[in-house]
Amino acid sequence: MSEPHTLAAPADDLFTFWPRHQEALYARLESKHAWLEERHGLGDGRVHDALEHEMTLNIGPQHPATHGVLRAVVKLDGETIERCVIDIGYLHRGTEKLAEHKTYQEFMPYTDRMDYIAPYAYNVGWCLAVEKLAAIEVPERAQWIRMIGSELARLSSHMLWMGVGLMDAGAVSVFLWAFQAREDIYKIMDEIAGARFTVSHSRIGGVANDLTPEALRLIRDFVDRYPDIINGWRKLLTRNRIWMDRNVGIGVLTADEAIALGMRGPNLRGSGIAHDIRLFEPYLKYADVDFTIPTRTEGDSYARYLCRMEEMLESIAIIRQCLERIKPGPIRNDDGRKAVVSKDQAYYSMEGMIQDFMYTSEGVCPPRGAHTYAAIEAPKGELGFYLTSDGTGQPFRARINTPSFANLQGLEHLMEGAQMGDMVVLIGTVDPVLGDSDK
Amino acid sequence: MDLPLYWVALIGFAIINFFLVSASVLVYYERKVSGWIQNRPGPNRVGPWGFLQPFADVAKLIFKEDISPTASSPFIHSLAPVLMVTIAMTTAALIPFARGFVIVDTEVSALLVLALTSIAVYGVTLAGWSSNSKFSLLGGLRSSAQMISYELAMGLSVLTVVLITGSLRLVDIVEYQNGPGAWGILGWNVFRAPIAALIFIVTAFAETNRAPFDLPEAEQELVGGYHTEYSGMKFGMFFLAEYVNFFVASFVIVTLFFGGYLLPWEDALLSALPGLKDSVLLGVLQVLSLLLKAAFFAFVFIWVRWTLPRFKYQQLMTLGWKMLLPIALANVVLYALFFTFKALLGWGG
Repeated sequence: MSEPHTLAAPADDLFTFWPRHQEALYARLESKHAWLEERHGLGDGRVHDALEHEMTLNIGPQHPATHGVLRAVVKLDGETIERCVIDIGYLHRGTEKLAEHKTYQEFMPYTDRMDYIAPYAYNVGWCLAVEKLAAIEVPERAQWIRMIGSELARLSSHMLWMGVGLMDAGAVSVFLWAFQAREDIYKIMDEIAGARFTVSHSRIGGVANDLTPEALRLIRDFVDRYPDIINGWRKLLTRNRIWMDRNVGIGVLTADEAIALGMRGPNLRGSGIAHDIRLFEPYLKYADVDFTIPTRTEGDSYARYLCRMEEMLESIAIIRQCLERIKPGPIRNDDGRKAVVSKDQAYYSMEGMIQDFMYTSEGVCPPRGAHTYAAIEAPKGELGFYLTSDGTGQPFRARINTPSFANLQGLEHLMEGAQMGDMVVLIGTVDPVLGDSDK
Repeated sequence: MDLPLYWVALIGFAIINFFLVSASVLVYYERKVSGWIQNRPGPNRVGPWGFLQPFADVAKLIFKEDISPTASSPFIHSLAPVLMVTIAMTTAALIPFARGFVIVDTEVSALLVLALTSIAVYGVTLAGWSSNSKFSLLGGLRSSAQMISYELAMGLSVLTVVLITGSLRLVDIVEYQNGPGAWGILGWNVFRAPIAALIFIVTAFAETNRAPFDLPEAEQELVGGYHTEYSGMKFGMFFLAEYVNFFVASFVIVTLFFGGYLLPWEDALLSALPGLKDSVLLGVLQVLSLLLKAAFFAFVFIWVRWTLPRFKYQQLMTLGWKMLLPIALANVVLYALFFTFKALLGWGG
């Protein structure tokens, strides 16, 4: 028998992930074929001497401009970024695996923590996927409420992008203006859902609770005030000489490149491809409202800036239409096997109480073998959930197709050949949220 | 005007302390102004209206642990912040605060101002180099390139002033702005040489590393640049130097272009109140006038910092070499030709 208090020494290769990871990363940086090989080899005819002025620099994961825990290992030639390797995964929490041990409803709050800038849209995306999987009807009022929430999330996300992007470029005031604006959205979310940040308002088969009159008043007030405020920001920035010089012609992605790199959302629309799930595969009530997809053909980070600024105004227009069209009615599917029952039913009717119990312990059970892919247009681009059911209340497998992960694929391409000062603008223009990309 | 040595030392001591305190007042001022720009109250907890906030900051910085990186060069690492503060303070000695109230009154004080601002780059470069950090090194490199390229335009705009006044002495430059043909404030050099004034203000921003020219310390790209590896009071000294620097720069701008210590309509005032001439009250008024003008430019420094994004390295170089330098050069040549013809043809007596 072995002694109970001594542990066998772990095998050497058991805990060596980190050094091996580092090794692989630097090897990849060295072996990378970037544009500069051509330049050094053929173009200007000068002999390339690595010892002369090259420097390998680790930017992040703890760095103020990396929007969280993105790590970029760059090879600098003076101020020029010659090669770049992106390393993600510092915020990996195994969200997809966690989903396999939760009921569909229990997993919903985890989607808040993915893109914590726009949690409402992620709640809606998850619920739409489950509803598609289990064929659950959603009442009309709930769909309008979800649309309002999703568009507010888009505004919140784009405002953060603008504020942080400008702060990275050195204009700190805009950051604070953006956060004051987001504070108004937080107040609305607080009134809608009872939570400011991680809202968890959507439920499978509907939403948690109805919009209060106060919430409607706050949203109306927001919709009335904000077009002017956003136009004020545009007035400050769009023709600002320094801001234009830092963005025009920086990080150019042609339409082909954008598709090849798998860019999504505003990053794709800035390159001239008018792809938006809201328009091409309408979900919720997007088919019933009138809106346009702002698209630019330049493909530089200034084009992406213009797209996002216009999208904010479009979102406000969508919310305004939702407020006109929304009618009183139920906010959740009334079938107790498909959606959580109301408190009234759970407390005062026997059937309701049983259904509440079953829903909480078992949850929604889609048919065995059912699988589906449902995508929405999250603020940062296409967000998809691929779900497989084994007939129980927990997903057999869940896979999440997140926009930030796809967008980060393009960042290496954008960074190579850029200046050190462009780095912050480029990270800002791709607009990654690491909770979203690392899952 | 010859003051006894002990008297000069006393004034010098007073001025150094004035600038030390003014740095904390400026920190408070900057945080309040940025608060107004950003729709928030700014510091309001420590002392009445948060006025003691900068002192609390200094107390914190004094008690913080002083860290120097293992592979740094300790002597130079400590020297750099001292160099920055010393040079910033030394420049203050050259500024005339009122008529006859200046610590160092040399024939070439305008030249000395330029020389001292050039030495300031050593503080930044040495700090960046001695920290042995890549971010600091990049910051130090950027700053040396930036300061060298903006010095030329700055020197040329000062040269324009020297052409107009015919003297390198700051006291003469100020007094000239009150000279013949000057009506009220129109004698100020800013009206005699507006382009030079504009170029000088822009280059003053660049020389003091203030936004939008704060590339050496760009906190988002370089995580603080040359002072990334500094902590405690060594960082505090960089902080102090930054504020003293831009306050002194405001004084220099006012001295060269905005009439220095002169009161607006000083001649009219003096003829209306003859008792004021050579009195202590006039001296006090002149100091106040200089302070007010300098405070306005300090406000401009703060205002610009909290409104504009930072330049990019290439933009900075383009602005410095391709725009400011040719304009400043053309400006100097124009003024030189004008004064040559004036002398040749005997215009204006």
